[in-house]
Amino acid sequence: MTNDKHVIVGADPWNKLRRYTPARIALGHAGTSMPTKPHLEFQLAHARARDAVHHELDIPALQGALQSRGYETILLHSSAESRPHYLQRPDKGRRLDADSHATLEASPRPAEPYDVVFVIGDGLSALAIEENAAKFLDAIMPSLVKDGWRMAPLSIVKEARVAVGDEVGAALGAKMVVILIGERPGLSSPDSMGIYMTLNPRVAVTDESRNCISNIRPGASATDHAAHRLLYLMTEARRRGLSGVKLKDEAAALPKAGPESADNFLIDER
Amino acid sequence: MSDAASEPSLRALAPGLTPEIVAAVSKICRVQDLILVAQKCRVVTKFRNTIGLEKRLSTRLQPNHPTDDPTGIAASIVDGLMYGSGDAVIGINPATDSIAAVTTLIEMLDEIIRRYAIPTQSCILTHVTTSIEAINRGAPIDLVFQSIAGTEAANSSFGVNLAILQEGREAALGLQRGTVGDDVMYFETGQGSALSANAHHGVDQQTLEARAYAVARKFKPLLVNTVVGFIGPEYLYDGRQIVRAGLEDHFCGKLLGVPMGCDICYTNHAEADQNDMDVLLTLLAAAGVSFIMGIPGSDDIMLNYQTTSFHDALYARKVLGLRPAPEFEDWLKTMGIFEQDESVRLADSLPKPFQRALAHLH
Repeated sequence: MTNDKHVIVGADPWNKLRRYTPARIALGHAGTSMPTKPHLEFQLAHARARDAVHHELDIPALQGALQSRGYETILLHSSAESRPHYLQRPDKGRRLDADSHATLEASPRPAEPYDVVFVIGDGLSALAIEENAAKFLDAIMPSLVKDGWRMAPLSIVKEARVAVGDEVGAALGAKMVVILIGERPGLSSPDSMGIYMTLNPRVAVTDESRNCISNIRPGASATDHAAHRLLYLMTEARRRGLSGVKLKDEAAALPKAGPESADNFLIDER
Repeated sequence: MSDAASEPSLRALAPGLTPEIVAAVSKICRVQDLILVAQKCRVVTKFRNTIGLEKRLSTRLQPNHPTDDPTGIAASIVDGLMYGSGDAVIGINPATDSIAAVTTLIEMLDEIIRRYAIPTQSCILTHVTTSIEAINRGAPIDLVFQSIAGTEAANSSFGVNLAILQEGREAALGLQRGTVGDDVMYFETGQGSALSANAHHGVDQQTLEARAYAVARKFKPLLVNTVVGFIGPEYLYDGRQIVRAGLEDHFCGKLLGVPMGCDICYTNHAEADQNDMDVLLTLLAAAGVSFIMGIPGSDDIMLNYQTTSFHDALYARKVLGLRPAPEFEDWLKTMGIFEQDESVRLADSLPKPFQRALAHLH
């Protein structure tokens, strides 16, 4: 915003707010339109997000990372045959293929059912899983072990949608399923992971029976906060025998980290 | 459309129309019919300002943040207000729907709206049962939000039914927070939601979408919008399908008497880009859409999709001579955000109250 007739792109005098949010604020304006520079930056980000959608999960690397932490893994595949098939047919991504069924049928069962099975699915961003899944497990597993949760082997599902976790849970006879899945990539976040928890999983469970924690990324919802909330939800779901919309997330807040949580300049008295 | 179809006659007809009728009519319309008819339908709603008047285009300021950080949200609110956005609602999609988090955000929005005397309303887009619980605990909620769909089974997959929606409306009405009206509900919809919940009974997604508007109509909403390209390519494959669907949805909503807006949007797994959104924005603005979204640089960093930017709304206003809601327009001019004349021009400096708020920041 300027009176100088020679300046084509006006800057926004609230530029300094940019440090408080990753949102694309204070872009400036040419007339009232977006200037060329932020427009070109947007186009580049869009191209990168499109690449993330089509990125294939590096299974050997993920399995290696999990096995080095001592986790047993089972490798499964949804009934979507390829990425294009997966994008057009979500129903295929929600069900396992025949080989995966056979694998689960053949897996050994404990005398008492598993309390929980953790499923890892590529979803719409395998990049999110590669960057966040193992770190998240590091954050939550010690608490679960301490609280005596009996856990099934980790199941890795390729071409996965959220609901495929329920089928895995049902096939293993687990009392609860937690799926870690790549969320659809945003322009500024091609690597964001979501977590969904369902008590008493079975095929055809719908969304109202699930609890969700979203936007888990390095630098966003910190892994520890997400682990804290998931532990609360799992514990409460088991204690009260319900999950989904009837189970509200009332986990006590952890102290916030980082400079983001400064005072609110718009309403604080100075 | 016959010359006898006037604004008053269409308004009188609306309550007698079923969603199946309007969906069927939309299917035999070309794009120009979808625009011409919708443009004749006027649906005016009120809370702290007046939305849906002729030659007006309102915007929802959507200051989402991936961790609901209040300062980050406030930064996006400043950005939006300074570009003249926010007369439909200042509405946040929270990253978590815990009652504590929702209450923190709604109290912040309430304080901002009061402190700067902004003639608009706030909303946290959380589940209706969370809003009801927050109201019971004393939270200052203006609008109660809910995503709705066109079959009972799909709504039940969202964890709602007509009785719960009624309960939500009554809870908000009880607070009596509106100043010029008492339309307290905000609904979002989108083609494909019933199919996605396997709750479509073999019916096509566009007819079911129109049925969602009939659900909305029952509760006298302030705002209803289709989130047209949000669900993904399995429902609307590319830009061409998103454009057609956006126009159909707006047409069906307006014909049924619903205050219809549109979240003109796409995801990164769809075959669409900004050019497709410009086309739909221009066509919907010509069709008299009640409101669109406004977000910094089109990038929703919390929901991971692209919708219209603050700049986009100013483009549409400029090209088609559209203005914000009258009460909000007065505020923009009084604050010195817009120039006093009729042109769409941004003023040169920050308004005094905002200068003071930012002065202490480094």
